Amino acid sequence: MNELIVHRSGPGTIVQDHGRAGYLAQGLSRGGAADRVALVEGAALLDQPLGLAALEFISSVEVEVTAPTWVALTGAPKRARRDGEALSWNACHLLSPGERLHLGPATTGNYAYLHVAGGIATPMQVGSRGAHLTAGLGATLADGARLPLGADPAPRRCARSLPTENRFAGGEIRILAGPQTGLFPPEVLDRFLATRFSRTAWGNRQGVKLDHSGEGFRPATGLDLVSEVIVPGDIQVTGDGTPYVLGPECQTIGGYPRIATIVPQDLPRVMQATPGSPLRFRMVDLQQSLDSHLTIEKLYENARRRIQGPELALLDNLMTQNLISGVVTDILDDEDIS
Amino acid sequence: MVDRKTSFPQIATLGLDGLLVRFSDRFDDAANRAALAFRGAAAALEDVEETSASLGAVYLRFDPHRLPHAALEERLQALLADRDWYKAPLPADHRVWQIPAVYGGEHGPQLEAAAELAGTDVNTAIEELSTVRLRVMAIGFAPGFPYLGQLAERWNLPRHDDLKTAVPTGALCLAIRQCVLFPAQSPTGWRHIATTAFRGFRPDHDNPFLLQPGDEISFPAVPARDFGRLIDSPHGGATCESLG
Repeated sequence: MNELIVHRSGPGTIVQDHGRAGYLAQGLSRGGAADRVALVEGAALLDQPLGLAALEFISSVEVEVTAPTWVALTGAPKRARRDGEALSWNACHLLSPGERLHLGPATTGNYAYLHVAGGIATPMQVGSRGAHLTAGLGATLADGARLPLGADPAPRRCARSLPTENRFAGGEIRILAGPQTGLFPPEVLDRFLATRFSRTAWGNRQGVKLDHSGEGFRPATGLDLVSEVIVPGDIQVTGDGTPYVLGPECQTIGGYPRIATIVPQDLPRVMQATPGSPLRFRMVDLQQSLDSHLTIEKLYENARRRIQGPELALLDNLMTQNLISGVVTDILDDEDIS
Repeated sequence: MVDRKTSFPQIATLGLDGLLVRFSDRFDDAANRAALAFRGAAAALEDVEETSASLGAVYLRFDPHRLPHAALEERLQALLADRDWYKAPLPADHRVWQIPAVYGGEHGPQLEAAAELAGTDVNTAIEELSTVRLRVMAIGFAPGFPYLGQLAERWNLPRHDDLKTAVPTGALCLAIRQCVLFPAQSPTGWRHIATTAFRGFRPDHDNPFLLQPGDEISFPAVPARDFGRLIDSPHGGATCESLG
């Protein structure tokens, strides 16, 4: 069986997929990739199903494969080298046995993804391969880890790239009012919406701490309320008025009041914001948020439409040189998808 | 006192794809029973993808592109009006567990202090805590982590502020008239009164979660010398009687 050998893996290198839905009542949050958009983009670049697992990492990794394997690089852009040769990010490349792929350090953003054709085929645990470290599911990979890979569902490929928006610089984040928004006095909510926050370096898959100048955001009441259900994207305010954005690995019930919930499509931008990046919140209504909502399937379709053919510097053979972007997509659609 | 007639139950949106039905915003035994019973009924609604209950509320996740918020809210209002949920019995399929526990000493280093705060002595405390039947009011915080209640008023002890000390896997801890049972080692402000060999979350089993909200549990006392035997027993020596 083809394997991915992780020769060197920094802290925070884990196997990740879309996580586990359906276990909230048992105290297990969904988990899944910190940047689900990046996970979808990798699946689109490799023309493979959305459910396959990839490597999520925040520092540097060096890997090798035991059989020729197409890989895709998405998420926070890192310096990528295949035996010293620079590779482009947001693209897929062929990796041959004996070649070392070195990724890192980050140039911007936090979570990077290495996708392999066929997906990482480690055993499922509670319905997913994704690590959920706070629940004790999966673990950070150690140097030398060998990960089994699935069979490539579409072995005929070519190098291609996927231009993506910059999700790594913070910016405006849309939020929805939630059950506890009303605990905050209107002037506190107004100040929250007018405040320029910055993402701190304190952050992980459970949540991200925000920083701002000025006083905290205290609810008028609510610190004695019974614990309620938490969802990823909730902005929780702790006793000293500091907001934390809760991530995919958040706890399922919590007692601190939540001032609002980030819409699903904007949560990856908070998770990926480079520490120090500015963040500002804009309240949207439910209908606006639904109108602009992209499901995972829709994100996948959109990503596939944006895929571009081989860049001249990255060609793997003459055959692909003759293909232009639209044609590449069409050929793959015809031969590998339908 | 919650004025249920004018304030609760309430329905609120939670995120893009969730609704929260709240029966109270303070801890209230009737509201917890209502949440557990209502969750059972709401889970059966068509196109509802997932439900969970916290101590006094029910969360429903659904695909809003398929099932609009207004349509689900209408169905939930009808369901709420259907009966007095605050008087609902526990879910019919709940189970009754007996989970042996070793109280006090190294297995419950804070039992003595907790008993003192509750105005009683260790033996009386063990007698009471090992015979009371507690309900799994909610599971949360961590996988398989049950909030168990409700103890008599004298156990309304505050959590302590020192979170430095970690309690072991299986620790039974007490505060605010509730007990919690740790599925893994964790720092906590709850008072460690006993230890069980029960593992409520077993990631590599076909059935990874043993407890369900609505289950009832008592923690009969066993001597410390039996702890090794419990560790070697299936489910830490726990027995379970299904009432379903």
